[in-house]
Amino acid sequence: MIFIEPETLSYIKTQAIQTFPDECCGFLFGTEQSDGSRNISTAREVHNAKAGDKRRRFEITGKDYMLAEQFALDSGLLMLGIYHSHPGHPAIPSEHDRVAAQPYFSYVILSVVQDRVDHTRSWRLNETGSFEEEIFTTEQINPSISWQQ
Amino acid sequence: MATVIIPTPLRKFTNQTAKLQVDAGTVGEVIEKITLDFPELKKHLLDGQGTLRSFVNIFSGDDDIRDLQAEKTPVQQSSIISIVPAIAGGTR
Repeated sequence: MIFIEPETLSYIKTQAIQTFPDECCGFLFGTEQSDGSRNISTAREVHNAKAGDKRRRFEITGKDYMLAEQFALDSGLLMLGIYHSHPGHPAIPSEHDRVAAQPYFSYVILSVVQDRVDHTRSWRLNETGSFEEEIFTTEQINPSISWQQ
Repeated sequence: MATVIIPTPLRKFTNQTAKLQVDAGTVGEVIEKITLDFPELKKHLLDGQGTLRSFVNIFSGDDDIRDLQAEKTPVQQSSIISIVPAIAGGTR
């Protein structure tokens, strides 16, 4: 189960619309319960570094990834996932998404149609390397548990 | 000893430890030692031939080791070695 705070969801939706017809991308941070439920409180946009057609691909540089990990350590939040948009396509992970996906992370995908986000869905890899959809909840998950190394 | 930064998705294989201290002379030795200490890391870092997987990048400081001497890149006591998963995707 995953909850994205309204301001954070609004932020990534706005970015997805403004970036259309290219794909936007960024990191998601928050807290996690012992049962795996996640509360996303912060998103950070990063540059889509894909050389070539950004309308159907995104890529995040290693340096941006390291900065995001450092932000998580500094802020005491967990880096819980990646978001990106699918301009003109459903919010369903592609095979390219699956092959490049990391375990543990939530992959939030926003389907964008012109000037609006049609729908937003979240996915996580299971033990067999397939994506399973995470259920969105509209109620905040008790943000009492976080850890920092 | 060099400091190795473990990325969030792989910390469940290092007992949730984000930073490891490793005594090694090269990046290749760093990988060898941490996969011995934490065997479940191995399949996520190395392919069947024992070479670094294409979706895994290793940085020494701010530099990708593929731009240095790859696994033979020297490691100093003060080195910060970061394991960085490649993040990519798209509609098709």
